[in-house]
Amino acid sequence: MSKVLVVFRREFAGYFTTPLAYVFLVVFLALAGALTFYIGNFFDRGQADLQPFFTFHPWLYLFLIPAISMRLWAEERKSGTIELLLTLPVSVPEAVIGKFLAAWAFTGVALLLTFPMWITVNVLGHPDNGVILAGYVGSFIMAGAFLAIGACMSALTKNQVIAFVVACAVCFLFILSGTPMVLNFAEAWLPQVLVDAVASFSFLTHFNNITKGVIELRDLVFLGSVMGLFLYANVLLVELKKAA
Amino acid sequence: MAGRTRTNCTDGCARMIEVQSLSKHFGPIVAVDDVSFAVGRGEVLGFLGPNGAGKSTTMRMIAGFLAPTGGTARVCGFDVIEQPIEVKRRIGYLPEGAPSYADMTPKSFLSFTAAARGLGGAAAARHIGEAIERTQIASVLERPIDTLSKGYKRRVALAQALLHDPEVLILDEPTDGLDPNQKHEVRTLIREMAPRKTIVISTHLLEEVSAVCTRAIVIAGGKLVADSTPLELEARSRLHNAVSLRLGGIAAAAARERLAALSGVGEVEIIEATESAAALRVCPRNGHPIIGEVSRLVHERGWTVEEIRVEQGHLDEVFRTITAGRG
Repeated sequence: MSKVLVVFRREFAGYFTTPLAYVFLVVFLALAGALTFYIGNFFDRGQADLQPFFTFHPWLYLFLIPAISMRLWAEERKSGTIELLLTLPVSVPEAVIGKFLAAWAFTGVALLLTFPMWITVNVLGHPDNGVILAGYVGSFIMAGAFLAIGACMSALTKNQVIAFVVACAVCFLFILSGTPMVLNFAEAWLPQVLVDAVASFSFLTHFNNITKGVIELRDLVFLGSVMGLFLYANVLLVELKKAA
Repeated sequence: MAGRTRTNCTDGCARMIEVQSLSKHFGPIVAVDDVSFAVGRGEVLGFLGPNGAGKSTTMRMIAGFLAPTGGTARVCGFDVIEQPIEVKRRIGYLPEGAPSYADMTPKSFLSFTAAARGLGGAAAARHIGEAIERTQIASVLERPIDTLSKGYKRRVALAQALLHDPEVLILDEPTDGLDPNQKHEVRTLIREMAPRKTIVISTHLLEEVSAVCTRAIVIAGGKLVADSTPLELEARSRLHNAVSLRLGGIAAAAARERLAALSGVGEVEIIEATESAAALRVCPRNGHPIIGEVSRLVHERGWTVEEIRVEQGHLDEVFRTITAGRG
């Protein structure tokens, strides 16, 4: 477990030694604000909750999470430091989890920095803060699922741009898997049972509850499974590239 | 694990690294083909070979970065596939190209390495201090690594390999990119550490092999083509024990005829032929010293000798001969 922490610390600090972190945070916060206040009609709604804020999180994450995760493995491969990392007495699962947790913690920092939203809505009205808290927790967990996908895609390639684009594409599929765009394609060659399964993979469906502050076990299990699956695939990919 | 005994190496272990029939295939390409050797404590093994011969691949397999396609590698008795963490604990590895985390400073990089190797607190500080001192990187400790010169980058990577004072060191081209002074320092360092450790280095520099290694392995085309001490390798050169001489006042052709007639002599090359002098190289037939015969002939004939010397074998010539066509 302590080896995980060593990798975590290095990776987390690594985010902040370059402008990457700061650029990301500014863009994330600016976009979150813009989307909430303008497109989400925060003021016109006249309701004291943060639903318009949370609604856009999947779309924010769609582009910004691959931006954080693309460097996790691709950069190590490109610069050759993967050879240093994997010859230290740290197992591959420990390295994978350490890096993932660092990226997740960084996302957590970004989410925390949206606290002015929370202050705003509390100044303007009397929101149910429990609902808002649940929304943050749910959003954080969903970010973790996106990150697991992004980290896994990063392990596929040396090229960070490819890692970014592929991660976006996969996240996009997951977001939209409940919509006709994806389902029509699935219906063409899968039995109905599986089509229903694909429909249930939609991040949007699962997240809708979360925006209302309802965290159902089903949603947690789904997001947790996605995380687990892609982290496992991440470990396999790193091992595979070693054997290649 | 049935039938396999876990042999831990203590001080009495003769074979710190044992490689048997090691192979690595990248698809259809055979990078390493059935390589076997063993290295004990106190030995400094030099890996020689043309580029792409399989040296780095072999080292990567021993260090646990690549999984072998066939064969086994054991370090201190631990198998690199079955017990990788135990192997990695005991190895200090300097990868080819000396990679390092560009945004970190040497200090933070060494702290990270120390933590990853399970060193904490005072022990970490002590080990880091020693590594810094040995590689002399104290002056650049707080600068981001990507702002350092090539030589310093390599020394930082070397410090990372030495940090935990490992029993086994695997160094891929440790002096590459260093200036002659730095090369000398690193070689001195390696020689200093050698008695207590098992060291494997790979190099293109034949002078390094002579300077540092107790044993040399030549790898070409993925295969092991020579395994002996540097001196033995030199002796394989056709120039070993050759006599180079410069004679005054005699025609080169005539001198050559006389010399070639000697029993121990193989070939005689004319290096230079002018009006007044002839420079020749007399090669022994089978590597045995011929200086006695040659100097007797010179004395009998009364030739004027301006220069005469016995040649050491040239490693680069041996190297070329062994690896010709196998690159």
